[in-house]
Amino acid sequence: MKVAIVQFPGTNCDRDTYYILKDVLQADAELIWHEDLGMDTFDSAVIPGGFSYGDNLRAGVIAAHSPALRQLRKAGQDGKPILGICNGFQILIESGLLPGALLRNSSLRFVCRWVNVRVEAGNSLFTTFSRNGTILKMPIAHNEGRYYAEGDLLASLEMNGQIIFKYVDEGGQPSKPSNPNGSILNIAGVSNYEGNVVGLMPHPERASESLLSPFRTTDGLQIFRSMLRSVEVLLKR
Amino acid sequence: MAQKMIFSLTSNELLAIKDGMKREPNDVELSIFDAQWAEHCSYKSSRSLLSLLPTRGKRVILGPGYDAGVLDIDNNQIVTIHIESHNHPSAIDPYGGAATGVGGVLRDILSVGTRPIAILDSLRFGDIEKSPQSRWLFKNVVRGIADYGNCVGVPTVGGEVEFDESYERNCLVDVVCLGLGRRKEVVLAEASHPGDILILVGGRTGRDGIHGSSFASRDLASGSDERSAVQIPDPLTKKLIVEATLKAHSGGYVRGLKDLGGGGLACALSEIADKGGTGLDVDLSRIHVREDGMSPAEILISESQERMLFVVKDELKDDVSAVFRRYHVQYSIIGKVTSSRRLVIRVNETKVADVPVDLVAHAPLQLWPSKRPEYLDLGVSIEKPPLPRNISETIIRVISSPNLASKKWVYEQFDYEVGLHTVLKPGDSGASVLRITDDKFIAISLDGRPNHCYRNPRQGAMGTVAEAARNTISVGAEPIALVDHLQFGNPGNPEVFWTLTESVKGIADYCRFFDLPCVGGKVSFYNEDVDTKRAIKPTPVIAVLGLLKGARHIRSRKLTPNGRMIVLIGQTENELGGSEYYRYIHGMSGGMPPNLDFHRERGAQRLVADAVRVGLLDAIDDCSSGGLIATISKMCIAGGIGAHIQLEKILSDCKRWDDLIFSESHSRFVVTLDPDKYQGLANIAKNHQIPYSLIGNVEGDKLVLTNNGDEIFSEGVHTLEKTSNDKIPSIMGH
Repeated sequence: MKVAIVQFPGTNCDRDTYYILKDVLQADAELIWHEDLGMDTFDSAVIPGGFSYGDNLRAGVIAAHSPALRQLRKAGQDGKPILGICNGFQILIESGLLPGALLRNSSLRFVCRWVNVRVEAGNSLFTTFSRNGTILKMPIAHNEGRYYAEGDLLASLEMNGQIIFKYVDEGGQPSKPSNPNGSILNIAGVSNYEGNVVGLMPHPERASESLLSPFRTTDGLQIFRSMLRSVEVLLKR
Repeated sequence: MAQKMIFSLTSNELLAIKDGMKREPNDVELSIFDAQWAEHCSYKSSRSLLSLLPTRGKRVILGPGYDAGVLDIDNNQIVTIHIESHNHPSAIDPYGGAATGVGGVLRDILSVGTRPIAILDSLRFGDIEKSPQSRWLFKNVVRGIADYGNCVGVPTVGGEVEFDESYERNCLVDVVCLGLGRRKEVVLAEASHPGDILILVGGRTGRDGIHGSSFASRDLASGSDERSAVQIPDPLTKKLIVEATLKAHSGGYVRGLKDLGGGGLACALSEIADKGGTGLDVDLSRIHVREDGMSPAEILISESQERMLFVVKDELKDDVSAVFRRYHVQYSIIGKVTSSRRLVIRVNETKVADVPVDLVAHAPLQLWPSKRPEYLDLGVSIEKPPLPRNISETIIRVISSPNLASKKWVYEQFDYEVGLHTVLKPGDSGASVLRITDDKFIAISLDGRPNHCYRNPRQGAMGTVAEAARNTISVGAEPIALVDHLQFGNPGNPEVFWTLTESVKGIADYCRFFDLPCVGGKVSFYNEDVDTKRAIKPTPVIAVLGLLKGARHIRSRKLTPNGRMIVLIGQTENELGGSEYYRYIHGMSGGMPPNLDFHRERGAQRLVADAVRVGLLDAIDDCSSGGLIATISKMCIAGGIGAHIQLEKILSDCKRWDDLIFSESHSRFVVTLDPDKYQGLANIAKNHQIPYSLIGNVEGDKLVLTNNGDEIFSEGVHTLEKTSNDKIPSIMGH
């Protein structure tokens, strides 16, 4: 089992994601420069956060048109688990692997803050370790994280269980004050129809060690563990 | 069109150049001298003073004089630290000025072969409640730092912001950067081996930042358009340069490394040749430039951003070039190291400059007269201000003043998490704590106390160091080094020069007594209003670095139910001069500033350090700006729990409640602990002969003050938090 951590020029959470997968979870992960990515040799991929191509033109849009995304699209069609974190989510949205759009935060400012994220659909490949309604404490750090989808698309996302994570308050409610960026329906992460491609704005790799969590939590590990277990299950098939 | 060259060299300096060259220098040569001899690069006004600062210590590998201080933190690991300011550029173009300020200090850390792991900034603006200009500067400086630091992927983990009308025309933007690396891999900014190749890497050289360093070495002309002196930031290129440089370095390809900052290529070349004891032969026609028609002088002094100068063995130049190509980083092989001790500049075959390295690298010292300012004597024995009638309102106003209110609006714009180092986040404590390994941490605090320095520069500067040190001790760390940034008006003004001299002496006094080495620093002059000639308040800013071993020893200011007893360590004196209370409530700058007694300070610091080591203490914070009440209120807010403080229990001669709670006396800490551990603390306090008093309890959800049983203040912690959090957003409009 092998996980690719894809590096674009300007990716900056690559080493952090690698550390959690490789050193904390002892998974077989590899940092791979986008030009060298061949998904035939990998069973899963993570696109980490950062500012690929300096967020020039629009966050994620240049990376979305790189050859690496052709590889990832094919891997996604093959059912391999693919996770986009923050800028990785923006890249998956821009490339059409995930539905909807990510707009500038409603505050018009970058926001870095620990938030509560509720797991909405336990059946994605990245939430098998979490029960529906579980609240994960994770930090966000982004400028363009306001999720948006039009009425019909939004309805179909809800119907298909593609809304995976929502920002909620301490009581688990997707309230307005708990929404850090103005996302529609407090959406923090979505999946493709099949549930093997997931993107989210919060950073699970920053929420995977109790030492670094203000709440001594390791909730981010649930996402990575789910991913690793899903890969194992898929490989056994 | 080439711009006409304007030189800032004095007539004495011109004579010295002619003397040293034994001929008339040409314009290209003059521009090299002009850049290198600017205050910004040569420290000609401050060098002799700075030599007062102790720079050696058991952990010091490299001290001042290199791009960054290098400290041994055991097991072959090193931490590097540097401080820079970008005051003048930020006053003109706050976004670009602040962003390139971050970029510059990142390069300094990279230059010694270490990876930048954290940024802190110390920001000073005019009164944002009154001045739209200051609000504009504040907003855009913060955005500039955020956009740059966030993109490069280096977390901004802490710092400070202060508003004072003294900075209305001269904002201060200081940035500290920390780096992490291995002891064996330290690389120096030296070209020591004749025959080595010089490679200029990174952004194209353009006309931006022309005369940046000499521009920073004079005052800002009002209404003038000096925007061409401000550089253009490009964080994506910087990110690629960081990765390419570290990759090339880890491959063993790099023999010398120097960033291009103030004074551009001219300064970088003369400094690496001087340090290496060599000469250089450089062909400017090979440099990748942004525009055609740049004159040799313009290329030499351009401060275009995102550039590094590599010194590489001749036979490795192809290997190192392959690394640059992989990261899409541009590079040019621009020349070679010689043994001539001369800096020779060519354009193709034509020699355009030929100067002795020794001459250009060592500007003649500039000596200034010094005179004690008269204002110091005028404001000492002032009458006490009237006692405020409404206690509650006064307390709320002070603790939610723009200076003391939460800086959440600022730090939430910074990615403070990237890199997986940040254990204590902004707002958690006076110092930030960064993980190096799961067992080893560094703490860093960045502080300035200009209002104390204004009243007494020597005491104020000492107190500034003490406060930064106390902040690192409050999180459980041991101070190991400091860097300073000295920001003053025109050094040609004898009164300004006197305050500078006193401030340096104060820092040196502290360093010697506490055996704390100064491993780097920076000086910024000409921070004065060109119309009124009024200088900023003397503003030495100090960053103290601490080392902390064992995760269990990390403390913060967050109150928890475990530490029920609240103990104030130290004595509260009637020291309100230069206090935030006098400034904000009474509009007064006079009075006696706090006095720092070294023995008492050392005792209090050791008491806390000892008590932390044996696990007695729960929450810890020091008392500083805003006094005891500001400290307690921050501790309540951080922990989300209330406290009851009995004022009559506080050891003090203060007769008035306002003096008691707002005094900014040094050598004080507020600590909380389990009642079972009180006797243990008492024993340690006795060992160090430090007074302490049990002043209250952690309880409920309100902060309550009583005086002999009478309640004089009571406010919900939630309300305090909201008032504090809302202050800056309400001033900034959202």
